[in-house]
Amino acid sequence: MPALADPVFKALADPTRRAIFERLARDGEQTVHALTSSAGISQPAVSKHLTILKRAKLVGHRHEGRETHYSACPQALAPLADWMEQYGSFWRDRFDQLENLLKRMDK
Amino acid sequence: MTTIDPTRTLVIEREMPHPPEKIWRALSQGQLVEEWLMKNDFQPVVGHRFNFRSTPVPGWNGIIDCEVLVVDPPARLSYTWVSMGLESVVAWTLTPTPAGTHVRMEHSGFPSEESASFKGAKYGWQSFIGKLEQVIGRLE
Repeated sequence: MPALADPVFKALADPTRRAIFERLARDGEQTVHALTSSAGISQPAVSKHLTILKRAKLVGHRHEGRETHYSACPQALAPLADWMEQYGSFWRDRFDQLENLLKRMDK
Repeated sequence: MTTIDPTRTLVIEREMPHPPEKIWRALSQGQLVEEWLMKNDFQPVVGHRFNFRSTPVPGWNGIIDCEVLVVDPPARLSYTWVSMGLESVVAWTLTPTPAGTHVRMEHSGFPSEESASFKGAKYGWQSFIGKLEQVIGRLE
């Protein structure tokens, strides 16, 4: 099973990680704190799962002050994702960017 | 039953506090489109063929082939969207409201689980995960 060597497969084989990834894909960017309150496991455990998801490039992060914000990278699933879910997340993100652009544009 | 190829549609709707004309510019001027969507050589001309280009990722070359289907400023814009052999259509509808514009995006043509293209080439997310769990279950 060479596919199992793929970090994407390994990362998503765990139901807790899958739930974390799906939450990020569905609800957008979250902090570890917000993820912990909904995951039902400890913050170090959530952080460990996030590290594995990041290694698989399924999750990205950015720092803002003392907080780290995590977001899903559904494009990592391109070869195997359900198209609807993938594009749903894609277009919601693009709508956000469109609204940002409209705010910047002159009337 | 091979002729039946049902498809699904993704709809995203948002109310935006901007006039339709302004949103139309953001949807139809290539440079503005690049700022929120992707690099492109779009022209608001029916029949114009163009690409959206994104950073390639493993399993996807980052290129979307398109053809303009409808240009009706500032209300309706539609183009085909072909990525990795999957053909779909994106349609924008702008409707003025007292507070601005109702923006509706319909992305249609996704293969459903019953469709031939889905069964042929694409894995459903859930079915993929289901199979993976079975494999891992057997390994343990």
